[in-house]
Amino acid sequence: MRAAGRKVLGRVELYLVAVLVILAVFLTALNRRFLTLENLFDLLANYTFLGIMALGELVVLVSGGIDVSFTAIATVAQYVMGWIISTYQIGSVLVAFLIPLPVGIALGLVNAGLVHLTQVHPVIITIATLNIFYGLLVFVTGGAWIYNLPASFQAFAVTKIIRVVDRAGTPSGLSVLSLFWAGAIALTWFILTHLVVGRKVYAMGGNPEAARRAGVRVPRLLAFVYGYMGFLAAVAGFVQAQLAQIVQPNAIVGRELDVLAAAILGGASISGGTGTVSGTVLGVLLVAVVTNGLILTRVPSYWHNVAIGVIIATAAGLMASQRRRTTRARGAS
Amino acid sequence: MTTAGSVDEFLVTRRVTKRYGGVLALDAVDLTVGRGEIHCLVGQNGSGKSTFVKIITGVVQPDPGAEIEIAGERVPHLTPDEALRRGIQVVHQELSLFPNLTVAENVATAYFMEPGRRLVRWGDVRRLAAAGLDRIGVALPLDAPLGALPLADRQLVAIARALASDAKLIIMDEPTSSLTRREVERLMGVIRDLRENGVATLFISHKLDEILAVAQTVTVFRDGRTAGTFPRGEIDRRALVCLMVGREVSVSRPEPVAPGPAVLEVRHLTKRGEFADVSLTLHAGEILGVIGPLGSGRTELALALFGMNPPDAGTATLAGEPLALHSSADAIRAGIALVPEDRLRQGVVLNQSIANNLLLTAFDRVVGRLGLLSVRRRDALAVAALEAYNIKAPSAGVPVRVLSGGNQQKVVIAKWLERRPKVLILDCPTAGIDVSSKEHVYEIIRGLARQGVGILLISDEIQEVLSICHRIVIMKAGRIVAEFDSLAVDEGELSRRVAG
Repeated sequence: MRAAGRKVLGRVELYLVAVLVILAVFLTALNRRFLTLENLFDLLANYTFLGIMALGELVVLVSGGIDVSFTAIATVAQYVMGWIISTYQIGSVLVAFLIPLPVGIALGLVNAGLVHLTQVHPVIITIATLNIFYGLLVFVTGGAWIYNLPASFQAFAVTKIIRVVDRAGTPSGLSVLSLFWAGAIALTWFILTHLVVGRKVYAMGGNPEAARRAGVRVPRLLAFVYGYMGFLAAVAGFVQAQLAQIVQPNAIVGRELDVLAAAILGGASISGGTGTVSGTVLGVLLVAVVTNGLILTRVPSYWHNVAIGVIIATAAGLMASQRRRTTRARGAS
Repeated sequence: MTTAGSVDEFLVTRRVTKRYGGVLALDAVDLTVGRGEIHCLVGQNGSGKSTFVKIITGVVQPDPGAEIEIAGERVPHLTPDEALRRGIQVVHQELSLFPNLTVAENVATAYFMEPGRRLVRWGDVRRLAAAGLDRIGVALPLDAPLGALPLADRQLVAIARALASDAKLIIMDEPTSSLTRREVERLMGVIRDLRENGVATLFISHKLDEILAVAQTVTVFRDGRTAGTFPRGEIDRRALVCLMVGREVSVSRPEPVAPGPAVLEVRHLTKRGEFADVSLTLHAGEILGVIGPLGSGRTELALALFGMNPPDAGTATLAGEPLALHSSADAIRAGIALVPEDRLRQGVVLNQSIANNLLLTAFDRVVGRLGLLSVRRRDALAVAALEAYNIKAPSAGVPVRVLSGGNQQKVVIAKWLERRPKVLILDCPTAGIDVSSKEHVYEIIRGLARQGVGILLISDEIQEVLSICHRIVIMKAGRIVAEFDSLAVDEGELSRRVAG
């Protein structure tokens, strides 16, 4: 076994890769369109949003907490950006990208502050803030949509970084938005593996009392963890606005389940201390491939939730029984 | 006891007193730990050892008038950070290690906590960890997740980490509970190595045999005072027990008893991988001791006789009737009770009151009309039990969690005795219990035997087995290898036969 920081594919990841390969083969057999570049590029673009948020959730889960308010954070951050760039018709996409970030971080810090001050379990705090953030936004804005985004905003959305033309002459390309996911992956991986703060997040998740005694400053670490989630939620909000080319307050809230499913499938445990970036990415890909497969095989969308639910239950059950087996082997006297 | 020259003394405490409201937890304690010294603290629960440790680690402040000197320097106000900085570290694996991180990260924790360090250089981490493990002469896989290691190895990682953060005094509380004999020896070797390196060890233990084997100095605590500090050569087991309890404690041997009719007969009981061909006969009124090294299958056998570990082959009869061993309900109905080894998880429900714990086996006795719980009957039962078994508790309504180990164990026993079992199996009933509570438990057991209950006592302590059992069997690697009358052997010979 290699060092936790060095290992790229652990047992969970190997299972996921195996399942993905099997699924890919199976789906291609059912509908040849699955394995086309066009479909795959589309998949990557559409799931960038989920992928980025799942990485933020990974960090929170590793720290031993949980955050379900990220959809509201993404919505608020996205709305502030949308309102500013449409009202002032700001042409720079870079500025448009930078605007939601402090909003997301600030809302994340609110979560951190509440978790620390009230000492209430983060699931309750973030359920509360989910409702508070979203409720306040709808109250202040009346739920109005923003659709007069600057032209540059739209131009950016259709930028492709790899352009391909397939045999039939249909052009497709890897969307520039996928780069945001790639960036989030690289950043999160670097933080968790090579920065002291990342290792402290694992430490706190593994044994919060020991972390405290070793000198970890818990309030600061909480601020980092939830702030980072807020930051990534804001990035995801930007990406989603790009994909939809419209800001709708109710577009994102409600998709918490998919993000949690992806993170947990990828090996992040609710009790904290475990989870990797590669696992989370594979978890997102699994959710993506399953949903994509269900669409391509024309299964009604009502069944999609059932499918995801079954997968979560199976994966969680398998991981739990694996954990039980290793504990039993160790504990025998 | 004074040591010549302050350069040899690492920690000196004078007049350490601590009062909590009306209770005097510590009364003018003077204690010195020399550089590299192996110093043991013994004393009953509540004698002040833990409070003393909290004071020297800065977690609790002593009352004014106390003096603490570390490495020759007066420290007027000791905080936890200060104590750590000066090299005083408590090794407590549950509270200081991260099961989800690797051995290397656990040993080199100080690297991650260094102020101003942002980037992790894994090469440095591994080098620090390897050096730390080297210092205690132990080889462990650096990349293994800590949670995958057995408890004994985790303990060593905790010690290695303390050393890596430059500890000069390592404090351990009951370090050898749950260790096999070989692991205990390895730990003792490490402690001796620490001495070579000038690192002092202070450990609290109930296991007098181990203390006498490794300590250089022993300090006895009693009722908040030190009842004496002695170099190893000047003290023996009997003196220690007397000092701890404050009175002469006679070394008892069981009175010979005419065995009653056979109450439990086990023939050729076998379970693959746990025990094989176990045959024994327990008579009414007899206390049969089962002793053996860790891993000999004794607990598995006990669970099998209680129906929780159905055997592959073999038979058992209880008072002449064949005994079905498929579930604990069968065993209980037949009249067998088990006081388990893991008291906290299998013996009591910690967060429930004493009264509720007691009624777990006696529902039929506390149920009134309409099948509803009669609080009156339950409380009457509880009060009677508190008295009969001398359980020290403010009332029967307090949660069991607040009781001392000894009193918790009495609750477990009381609970089973409500059913008037014919056979009572006890698995290491006095582990982690202080001396006088042990005596109470022994009295209860002897009393039961006199009433005609057959008792199977599984134990790790030679002394205990010799003082209350009528007959003894030795179990090794799942088999019964010897059986004899308790009065026919003495301590030395029994130790030899168990180890050999």
